[in-house]
Amino acid sequence: MAKRIDVSGLTAYYGSHKAIEDISMTVEPRSVTAFIGPSGCGKSTFLRTLNRMHEVTAGGRVEGKVLLDDEDLYGTGIDPVSVRREVGMVFQRPNPFPTMSIFDNVAAGLRLNGNYKKSELADVVERSLKGANLWNEVKDRLNKPGSGLSGGQQQRLCIARAIAVEPNVLLMDEPCSALDPISTLAIEDLIGELKERFTIVIVTHNMQQAARVSDRTAFFNLSAVGQPGKLVEIDDTERIFSNPSVQATEDYISGRFG
Amino acid sequence: MSTATTAPKAASTLRGARLPKWAPWAIAAGSVAAGIGISVAAGLHSNIQWALIAAILYILGTYVIAARVENRRQATDRVVTSLVWVAFLLAVVPLASLVWSTVQRGTKVLDVYFLTHSMGVVADSETGGGIYHAILGTLQQVGLATLIAAPVGVLTAIYLVEYGRGNLARAVTFFVDVMTGIPSIVAGLFILSLMLMFDMEPFGFAGSLALAILMMPVVVRSTEEMLKLVPNELREASLALGVPKWRTILKVVLPTSLGGITTGIMLSIARIAGETAPVLLLVFGSKFINANPFEGAQASLPLYIYQQYGSGEVTAYDRAWAASLTLIAFVMILNLVARGIARWKAPKTGR
Repeated sequence: MAKRIDVSGLTAYYGSHKAIEDISMTVEPRSVTAFIGPSGCGKSTFLRTLNRMHEVTAGGRVEGKVLLDDEDLYGTGIDPVSVRREVGMVFQRPNPFPTMSIFDNVAAGLRLNGNYKKSELADVVERSLKGANLWNEVKDRLNKPGSGLSGGQQQRLCIARAIAVEPNVLLMDEPCSALDPISTLAIEDLIGELKERFTIVIVTHNMQQAARVSDRTAFFNLSAVGQPGKLVEIDDTERIFSNPSVQATEDYISGRFG
Repeated sequence: MSTATTAPKAASTLRGARLPKWAPWAIAAGSVAAGIGISVAAGLHSNIQWALIAAILYILGTYVIAARVENRRQATDRVVTSLVWVAFLLAVVPLASLVWSTVQRGTKVLDVYFLTHSMGVVADSETGGGIYHAILGTLQQVGLATLIAAPVGVLTAIYLVEYGRGNLARAVTFFVDVMTGIPSIVAGLFILSLMLMFDMEPFGFAGSLALAILMMPVVVRSTEEMLKLVPNELREASLALGVPKWRTILKVVLPTSLGGITTGIMLSIARIAGETAPVLLLVFGSKFINANPFEGAQASLPLYIYQQYGSGEVTAYDRAWAASLTLIAFVMILNLVARGIARWKAPKTGR
């Protein structure tokens, strides 16, 4: 199930603009890795290079290697569509499909990919919704549109949709930034449960959240506006928040950031 | 200690004098009376003259009275509000009068017999006859034109929004813009030149081709706008699930915008249903029922109206008005259907 990610020398561009430069890191399987750093430092861009969503943006291209258990995602002959089936993603703003019911939203990944057995579909939907801690709230209204749920419920619906296709890695791009503290707590609890089965990478602006949910934390920074973002350091979360090895990390975490 | 309780209560700066609710109506009645009075006194006969005098008096009166009682900002607000109302009336009055006169004159001979019979052996000066052949022609020509233009237009829009990059997309956009401006008679002449090259007689499908040329850019434009409205997050959500791009477009983007796309197609059908010029050139018109759009001259509703009105007989006038009413009803029903589909297919937000 869960796979290891090995990134080496990764540089990503938007057209001629270099967004992130020369990033290397290892993400351990069955763990939560958090990315923190100021806005515009390339955390989200880096996250999107991990399932080849970066190139969906016009002008997006990537240099370097991303190994998913020894297979280079940017190697020749790699189909980005297959990559995205292995590496799922949850976005900043909840984005359920507005034309589909709750059931259809969760089933969308399987249905649209066409490889599923009809008899299994209801089971998969139930399992995914239970996995996202949403089953009890929606089991009586699976046929209602997903956009009628609250923001927190919609985000958990999106998580259920992402885990329904059984990916190896789950990428989360600020999944709680549009949510209230209660919904945030629900999703953080969920992340703790999901890491038993998936490799999880989460981008967050909330340092307490990074400290609460992650096993390892990576700090990104950029030297000036317009300059590419770089990985400053990655270490165990406990060490990053108590005794980071780089001064910039300590400044950022303690709020002494210029 | 407490100075607030001892200080005299200041006059509210938030409350000002307001004209009573009936004031605009009173000013309007006064200006109409004054307008008529001035016209009678000056011996003016035209309705337009007294209406204009009344309108100018109304706007001046509103401004002066409101500026006196309220303040200048309120006065300006009232004048602009009344200008907006005048613009609205100017737009609605001709429309209402058009519908009214069409219904009034059109219902004279409009009945089931009229809708189910052709002009067969009826001379223009005789009563009787009908528009069945014209309705049939319009439905077939417009239907075939839609079958050609709607898929081509929607696919072009999908290309432009979802795939198009660089010079080809720019060129397509440019030519779509150019096509939007083609006069219908030019589209007709274009197909006519082809017909003359191959030495063909007029037939219904030739008209459909010209109508399709007119319809295509409208469909492309409206579909393009609708596809652009689909949030990018939905496309990314689908792509991130490992769904190929073409399936994302087919299963996520198109269903989300289906209501708008259908409305656009319906409106473009309404636009071409009233075209006369290309039909006159290419389909020629006929008094007889011709159910085969691929051979022989056919009639169509706008062409029928033109030819009946042109014949100059009183009985033919009545038939032309009845056919006009039918055409307006046809377009109106299409619009209603489009609205219904748009509402039915719109993304649901309810609980």
